[in-house]
Amino acid sequence: MAEITASPKSLSVNPLKVSQPVGASLAFLGLARSMPLEHGARGCTSFNKLFFMRHFREPIALQTTAMDQVTTIIGADDNVVEALRTIAEKDKPELVGLITTGLSETQGADIPRTIKAFRATHPECDALAVIPVNASDTMGCLESGFALAVEAIIEALVPEGRRKIRRPRQVNLLASSMLTPGDIEEIKAWIAVFGLTAIVLPDIADSLDGHLIPAGFSTLTYGGTHPADIARMGESAATLVIGSSLDRAADRLARRTGVPDYRFPGLMGLAASDAFTGVLTVLSQNPVPPGLLRQRAQVQDAMVDCQFQIGGTRVALAADPDLLGSLVSLFQDMGAGVVAAVASARAASLADLPLDRITIGDLEDLENQARAEGADLIVTNSHGTEIAARLGAPLLRAGFPLYDIYGGPAQVWVGYSGTRRVLFEIANLAQGHFRKIAPYRSIYRGEDRHA
Amino acid sequence: MKADEIKALLNEPACAHNAKAKSGCARPKPGATQGGCCFDGARNALLPIADAAHIVHGPIGCAGSSWDNRGTRSSGPTLYRIGMTTDLGEMDVIMGRGEKRLFQAIRQAVESYRPAAVFVYATCVPALNGDDIEAVAKAAAVRFGLPVIPVDCAGFYGNKNLGNRIAGDVIHKHVIGTREPACKAGAHDVNLIGEWNVGGEFWNVAPLFDELRLRILCTFSGDSRFAEVQTMHRARANMVVCSKAMLHVARKLEGDWGTPFFEGSFYGIKDTSRAFRDFARLLNDPGLAQRTESLIAREEADVAARLAPLRPRLAGRRVLIFTGGYKSWSIVSAMQDLGMRVVATGTEKSTEEDKARIRALMGPDARMIEDNDQTALLRVFEETRADILIAGDRYIYPTLKSRIPFLDIDHVRAIGYAGYAGMIELARNLDRAIHSPVWAGVRATPLWAA
Repeated sequence: MAEITASPKSLSVNPLKVSQPVGASLAFLGLARSMPLEHGARGCTSFNKLFFMRHFREPIALQTTAMDQVTTIIGADDNVVEALRTIAEKDKPELVGLITTGLSETQGADIPRTIKAFRATHPECDALAVIPVNASDTMGCLESGFALAVEAIIEALVPEGRRKIRRPRQVNLLASSMLTPGDIEEIKAWIAVFGLTAIVLPDIADSLDGHLIPAGFSTLTYGGTHPADIARMGESAATLVIGSSLDRAADRLARRTGVPDYRFPGLMGLAASDAFTGVLTVLSQNPVPPGLLRQRAQVQDAMVDCQFQIGGTRVALAADPDLLGSLVSLFQDMGAGVVAAVASARAASLADLPLDRITIGDLEDLENQARAEGADLIVTNSHGTEIAARLGAPLLRAGFPLYDIYGGPAQVWVGYSGTRRVLFEIANLAQGHFRKIAPYRSIYRGEDRHA
Repeated sequence: MKADEIKALLNEPACAHNAKAKSGCARPKPGATQGGCCFDGARNALLPIADAAHIVHGPIGCAGSSWDNRGTRSSGPTLYRIGMTTDLGEMDVIMGRGEKRLFQAIRQAVESYRPAAVFVYATCVPALNGDDIEAVAKAAAVRFGLPVIPVDCAGFYGNKNLGNRIAGDVIHKHVIGTREPACKAGAHDVNLIGEWNVGGEFWNVAPLFDELRLRILCTFSGDSRFAEVQTMHRARANMVVCSKAMLHVARKLEGDWGTPFFEGSFYGIKDTSRAFRDFARLLNDPGLAQRTESLIAREEADVAARLAPLRPRLAGRRVLIFTGGYKSWSIVSAMQDLGMRVVATGTEKSTEEDKARIRALMGPDARMIEDNDQTALLRVFEETRADILIAGDRYIYPTLKSRIPFLDIDHVRAIGYAGYAGMIELARNLDRAIHSPVWAGVRATPLWAA
């Protein structure tokens, strides 16, 4: 049980937290032919778009209702209607995620009413699905905004009631924002070797993995989960939920469809991977395929090889709650000590982590705690670069944003081969910073020994 | 900020096309808007003041995804790279605790980081709540004994260009003239206004100022210190580097202190030389004029020799430029220096005067692209049979996805292109981008599909 303390500061310094609208937009970027629309000033969206572009190195579908001074005062409902119409005409998406921001929430925007007004005035856009999400940036973080959007997508697209058709080889996968496109690709393959197919919600591996298409540029997403597939989630044999942030979304899906679910806080490390594999053997009634067993043996080998470097390492972590939890178990499984843990926002899952203390704070808190505790590995996003340099410790980049490396989103952290890759990376970082014993030169040593 | 104050800021008497509609400041279209808000523009303009604390007053949305995202570099303090925000929560907004929180935030910044000054940026939510940041700043300045500068730049006031103007206005009202230079003003003290030292590119040019015995009192605001900005009124000549958005500052300095100014650019050989000549002209010193001419002769000969092997690889190549504001013409000139053909240029954020300059450079039939839609831009690229697109980082991935050579000219880049040395870097990067073997690789049909 961890004690959760909120940083008492009035000023957030080197923020760790990224806003809920960013997270909600990310969830919609994992749907096919989709356009997230942020209801706020143009700046909100401009920042968020660049944030994603620098992280994924991809074009990003994201639009704004462009509230200005007048509409902010007298009401911006018309902006929403106009934005929806413009997007429907110009970009022709199948789906728009309508996401509020701190500005529109403070102004008191009534999104359902606005959507009604849009429907009434633009019957020609009836085929366009519009999914509203309240995601004020005065609360939560990227992860919670993402989870709110997943919940809203389920609410909007998954029909209520138990389905007559059951597809015993089909499973649902609810994927938390902590999973990279590389991770989701890995999990899909993991499920596939058991002869199962997954409907992934949302599937940012299909849209943001970075792949060239014959058409070149698209103003919409480059892939992602199809709304029609989401509608069939009620036919699945089971739902696999990765990340505690999706608990509420999972509850909702289970309530709507009656599909049983299996929940995993994360899939990093041998034990977590075994738990997932175990469930897949049950669902598929298949034994563990030899290829996967080989991967498992490989990660075991990596664990024994790397324990010299990783065991006993003093690690300082800062991330959104799901990722933080996954990293804690990964490091503790290897015998490393987590000496500082900072989360961007509160979450129910934090209290259960096997740590003494977790701070809800920023990267200044991480830096101060890491310094006080003599941490020798820093794990956080790219903003940790300067911090790690000041502390003289190596940085393992994880989370959002990763703007100073190539291929960040392609990295795999989960499963046997992902864990193995991460262990090697950590061990290499630790080895590169190994503090050798300083030579000692005896005061009695003669000059002739110099040569 | 009141609507008439915004209107006053958009009024620019020094601009020849002031009477026309303000094309750089069009109303945003919901659902089809690109580009940042006026908070974005204001912070960009002031953030390079490296020894100041920059506090964003608002919920996390404003700073959380955007702090430390600029390419501007400092030769000394790095305080400007520390992200600071009041991170307003639900309760702060509901209970109206914003002002109190801001005051305590300023205290915390002062106590932990000992800044030379504090800039406070108001964003949409506190503006909507009616937080009086001017009063908080005044109280904090008295309490903590350092300048605290309020920047009223809520994003919904307008676009980035307006934000630049707000920043310039704030500097004029609150900072310039509040301190005298430490040592006696020399005969040739100058300011640069609107130079951001992106990727450290001004360091390509700065040694030449020393050689000409021009002391740069302040660069507003690339690699600047707060104390330098305070002394800008003592310069004998000002150069406006970023065209119209910062013209306001130069105009005010001319009005208040009689400092003459000119507009110029350090992109391209001709423009760089012209900038030095303009300084010599304004300062009216025959000795300086002579030093300038010999420096230009030497530098131009040197750069010509170093560009010679690259020229045949670039000459006649067709360039499509899509970038805002002053870069729309300053880069045109740089391309022409290299013998490249500019087939069209974007004018999204350009003022009427910027456009007049483009016409002067490219001829009356210059193709200008107003629409910032990425698909439309790529269509123009095909129509004009261009070889390379030069644009801001917003366009990089749509372009690369389309398998089109691209050169990034945005303010977040790490490579500097200013001055004579920057021109060689620019030419090298253009050559690399245009002649990269990857284009053939990604366009080729694989054997099995042929």
